[in-house]
Amino acid sequence: MKLRQLSLFLENLPGKLRGPCEALGKAGVDILAMALADTANFGILRLVVTDWARAKTVLEGTGTTVKVTEVLPVEVEDRPGGLARVLAAVDEAGLGIEYMYAFAAGARGGKKVVVFRFDEPDRAQAVLQAKGLKVLEEKEALGST
Amino acid sequence: MKSNWNDAPGGFHPASAHDFLPKAQLRQIQLQRLQAVVKRAYARQQLFRERMGERGIGPEDVKTLDDLSHLPFMVKSDLRDTYPFGLFCSPMEEVVRLHASSGTTGKPIVVAYTQADVEVWSQVMVRSFAAAGVHRRDVIQNAYGYGLFTGGLGAHYGAEALGATVIPISGGNTERQMMVMQDFGVTVICSTPSYFLHLAERAKELKIDFGKLRCGVFGAEPWSDAMRERIQAETGIKAYDIYGLSEIIGPGVGAECFRQDGLHIFEDHFLPEIIDPETGLVLPDGAEGELVLTTLSKQAMPMIRYRTRDITALNTEPCPCGRTIRRIRRIGRRSDDMFIIRGVNVFPSQVETGLLKVEGTLPHYQIILTREKGLDEMEVQVEVTPEVFSDKVRALEDLHQRLETAIEHVIGIRAKVTLVEPQTIARSEGKAKRVIDRRKL
Repeated sequence: MKLRQLSLFLENLPGKLRGPCEALGKAGVDILAMALADTANFGILRLVVTDWARAKTVLEGTGTTVKVTEVLPVEVEDRPGGLARVLAAVDEAGLGIEYMYAFAAGARGGKKVVVFRFDEPDRAQAVLQAKGLKVLEEKEALGST
Repeated sequence: MKSNWNDAPGGFHPASAHDFLPKAQLRQIQLQRLQAVVKRAYARQQLFRERMGERGIGPEDVKTLDDLSHLPFMVKSDLRDTYPFGLFCSPMEEVVRLHASSGTTGKPIVVAYTQADVEVWSQVMVRSFAAAGVHRRDVIQNAYGYGLFTGGLGAHYGAEALGATVIPISGGNTERQMMVMQDFGVTVICSTPSYFLHLAERAKELKIDFGKLRCGVFGAEPWSDAMRERIQAETGIKAYDIYGLSEIIGPGVGAECFRQDGLHIFEDHFLPEIIDPETGLVLPDGAEGELVLTTLSKQAMPMIRYRTRDITALNTEPCPCGRTIRRIRRIGRRSDDMFIIRGVNVFPSQVETGLLKVEGTLPHYQIILTREKGLDEMEVQVEVTPEVFSDKVRALEDLHQRLETAIEHVIGIRAKVTLVEPQTIARSEGKAKRVIDRRKL
């Protein structure tokens, strides 16, 4: 199972980030990784959480627009050039990265996890695995913290 | 006359007989009633008598239906100026009901009904329902607001008179609306179109369908054909337009038949004219102008030549449904809805049409007008629904762009589109407020 990420639509206004985060806090859902994309007009908050289904219900209850997207958590060696190696594989295969961000958790056995949003997630997974790179299962990614 | 009860869609209700009268007979009824109502208003409405006096005419001068065009107009401010009971033509012991407008601009307007008026109202509502194929086996969820607003009670009495089962749920409480619709086997819903769209969104979110719902009778605010198509495509129900206004009677002045091609005016009770809003002159059939209505049978508060501010055209072509009563084109705009920005006349319905051209958008929108450094700016706030939301910035920016282009295409000037979170635009349980004008002129 690929890792499921929640994307939240936010207006680009002060205080808009707080509401959803507080709602998740109250519901006991932990945020494991996040990235915020912002434009002058709006923002998109992407979250990896401990329980995406529960988080989605909670957030929708607060009137937030939420979308579930499958992303790939890829193991990256925690040393200089570690990420570059992954990106080389991506580039050689002609894959497009929509966006990426790092897992907040610390290194585990000399590895870190970077979350990738590819336009072609299935092909990306196959390409990376063929290059000997590890793409984590959802369970592994969530348990890796 | 057909006599089969309309227990099936497309059937016929006895109350609808007047929809099918031969033209000559209808005109005769109209003239008799017009003469009677003018006489009544002249005797009992001081304002009307004074205005007739200014023109040097009296009730005896109404000899033909064409003589109507010599009579003075009534306008909304006349109701405010005579607040609360100044236009009543029946003593209070005969008045059985009062309704009032929300009064967003100062004092509300008050309207009155005798028992006979309430009965006429029920009958025209029965005819409205019957025209949409609604029958006595239907279960009608009445989500118009109950109270001073005429929508709730008007639809309620009509639905009961039709013999249908009516659920007086009123507006609001979306979750309960959805539960009732499922559990009670609702087949017909009455509400404003914007409130129904709101229900449709919730249903989608909750992943429930509309059960047995077959059609909706939507009114109380102008809506576009594009919005109808969207409602029908998204929910699979038939969306019928109904027209009315408190000053005349409430909902039930006119309604669509199954052809959905204009609204039949129940003109044995409400005589329509189209005038040039500038000059006040009557326009020929088919010409676009302001709808003027005269109540032909109202007792408690007759309205002679009431200017509705609604822009439409009269269609005298025979309707394939067989009704002989004339139709008005669907009302997408009101003359007082229009705003002028940078010299361009814009109606909210045009913005709506533009927005609906973009795939997947549901038109929860609001127009905000501001003036900065002497320049008028138009902002259109559009709610981002899960259907159009994407986790990719590019996709959302593309949506934003397409919305701006679509609006510019329709109205000819560029508006700033702002994507806003769902539910940030106030939902109407009554009427949607589409334009907020913050310009200090």
